[in-house]
Amino acid sequence: MKKSVFLGTLAATTLIAGMASASTLDDVKARGELICGSNTGLTGFGAPDATGQYVGFDADLCKAVAAAVLGDASKVKYVPTTGETRFTALASGEVDLLVRNSTWTFSRDTDLKLDFVAVNYYDGQGFMVKKDLGVSSAKELDGATICIQTGTTTELNLADFVKSNGINYTPVTIQDDAEGQRQFLAGACDAYTTDASGLASLRATLPNPADYVILPEIISKEPLGPVVRHGDNQWGDIVRWTYYALVAAEEKGITKANIEEVATSTTDPEIKRMLGLEGDLGAMIGLDKEWAKRAIAANGNYGEIFEANIGASTPIGLARGLNAQWTQGGLQYAPPFR
Amino acid sequence: MTSVTEAPKASFRLGMLIYDTRYRSMTIQVIALALLAAVLWWLGSNLSTNLAAKGKDINFSFLWNRAGYDIDQQLISYTNDDTHSRALFVGLLNTLVVAFVGCILATIIGVFAGVARLSKNWVVARLMTVYVEVFRNVPLLLWIILAFTVFSEVMPQISDFKITQAMIDSGTPPAASMLFDGTVALSNRGTNIPYPLLTRPLGGFEFLGIPFNFSFIAIVGVFVASIMASRALNHRAKVIQEATGVRPVTWWKNVGIIVLPVTALLLALGLHWDVPYFPTTETGATKGFNFVGGVNLAHNFTALVIALSLYTGSYIAEAVRAGIMAVSRGQSEAAAALGLRSGRIMSLVVLPQALRVIVPPLISQYLNLTKNTTLGMAIGYLDLKGTLGGITMNQTGRELECMVLMMMIYLIISLLISAGMNVYNASTKLKER
Repeated sequence: MKKSVFLGTLAATTLIAGMASASTLDDVKARGELICGSNTGLTGFGAPDATGQYVGFDADLCKAVAAAVLGDASKVKYVPTTGETRFTALASGEVDLLVRNSTWTFSRDTDLKLDFVAVNYYDGQGFMVKKDLGVSSAKELDGATICIQTGTTTELNLADFVKSNGINYTPVTIQDDAEGQRQFLAGACDAYTTDASGLASLRATLPNPADYVILPEIISKEPLGPVVRHGDNQWGDIVRWTYYALVAAEEKGITKANIEEVATSTTDPEIKRMLGLEGDLGAMIGLDKEWAKRAIAANGNYGEIFEANIGASTPIGLARGLNAQWTQGGLQYAPPFR
Repeated sequence: MTSVTEAPKASFRLGMLIYDTRYRSMTIQVIALALLAAVLWWLGSNLSTNLAAKGKDINFSFLWNRAGYDIDQQLISYTNDDTHSRALFVGLLNTLVVAFVGCILATIIGVFAGVARLSKNWVVARLMTVYVEVFRNVPLLLWIILAFTVFSEVMPQISDFKITQAMIDSGTPPAASMLFDGTVALSNRGTNIPYPLLTRPLGGFEFLGIPFNFSFIAIVGVFVASIMASRALNHRAKVIQEATGVRPVTWWKNVGIIVLPVTALLLALGLHWDVPYFPTTETGATKGFNFVGGVNLAHNFTALVIALSLYTGSYIAEAVRAGIMAVSRGQSEAAAALGLRSGRIMSLVVLPQALRVIVPPLISQYLNLTKNTTLGMAIGYLDLKGTLGGITMNQTGRELECMVLMMMIYLIISLLISAGMNVYNASTKLKER
């Protein structure tokens, strides 16, 4: 008798566990923790620091979302994903949000049933070679061996690029950036190709960065951004507008340091709406009034996050370029908070 | 008055399903079957509900779309314009070639190590014990990664083979040079070996994406015919030996029969070798990035084959040792009493009987090795798991379809190996009449 009760309970629990979850926002709130799919380790974007805490440009977006939703930027659990596992991890519900240098493409957006909610970094694919190879253009790479991360858009771009330029090459497929770096340094490939930001990040970690050159060709458009599952539009809106709050904050000059002061002294109606001093934008996406304020206070605005992790003053040294505000000639443009 | 007590009527009660041993086993089987069916139904409905919730369907048409990615090791022609199904086929062949070479090497290593472990020579026996224990007790994945890392870190870099103008002027030799009279180049990118070419090939055609090469078929046909002729010669020698007691000398005839026809055919077809070389300018300085010509065996292939065969070889060695020890000592003592030398005792008396014990575990080891080829993904070897279950799955997002297809293919390969080995097992096992 006891056994049958046990079996019955077991069957009931498995049935409940198998049911599809209703809403990501409810799940995150109930869990009290945001699960963020991140890179296995890409310095500047998402990599564990000396204490094992994830830091970087992408990790800061996760923190901002956690601050907006849960009120605590530290309530984030990072799940490292590889180029191959990331979308499966997101689609299966293993992570709530994927912020991992993932390129927004048509088929990923539609066929993979994912939603790219914004572009937090406009990137392009480039090549890095050793300086003593004497190569100054990617078009001189005929006959070369090229290391390439599998399961990414880069391997498709590379195949297209070499075909349109009549180049022959030998691909060396690798699983993650660390393996690619090892093989490239060991000389197992002549060139390493990935997003230009990733190359800059890799070059910054090398012992003698000056011995390596990033070739001038950018062979693709790589809009990188946070990804959520298709179908849960409320959650998608939360991530999208949290990101835009960071972008708008930079445009309006709101920083981590002055946000309290701005909140008390501002007369700008848009800032008032965004920071929850006027109206109730938060309620429209299922959050409280001060969601955006907390998100900005967590790590500062978009510009501050950029400069702190990958900007010109860091070893990675990326210029703002396309990622400057639209007012500065870049592409970062937040729709109005209204 | 006598009262006759009748035997109690066997009436069926529900409790008997559990308490009566006649029905109990039936009850348990029915319940188990019902539970299994319920679990399967639940898994199926869960799948369809979840797929519907994500708006996905089950559709294999992606296999005929353009693949768009490149594969470095390919046995049949493939470009990124070919379809995903062609990429699947390239990957499948890469799996099979590793499995085939691995099984042969593992058998050779295993038989050698298994026999040597029983050797009376203390050093040889202990060395083999160390080999078996070390390889069996460390996970295979680590061996594969270790072998690959050693290859790519220890071998000379391509830049070591390069000769600059300054080096020619000062007379400095390059840090590394090709082996075997300039025919084989061993670098940290792979092993470049000469590739056989024919000046007068017989042509061929492609059917359903599978290439048929007449030259290759002709060479294999001639070779098989030679082997059969050689067997006929040996059979005749045996008949003569049994009739007269004297065995005619056959070895040079055998060598002639096997070697001459194939050599003659290859010469007629105009066999020559495409030797790898580093391109140079007129002055002798090297240019370009890599060796050209010949075949490049990438290190992920070599490392995978070596690690798989050494690992599986250690298990086969134990199976071989067990098989030999299962043959009673009396057999070899009796053979020795008849005056046979120890080598012939092993090959004529012990091994044929030991095979009965060795072959069944050998089948499992071959299956293991074949399935373990999937670990090649750790070192970027594009086998079936790397193409269909890796890049194709990732680029198309058809996880379910790719996994199902891949599991079915591995199942079919395993069943074929199993069936083939069972035929062999039937021929070696004790024939009882």
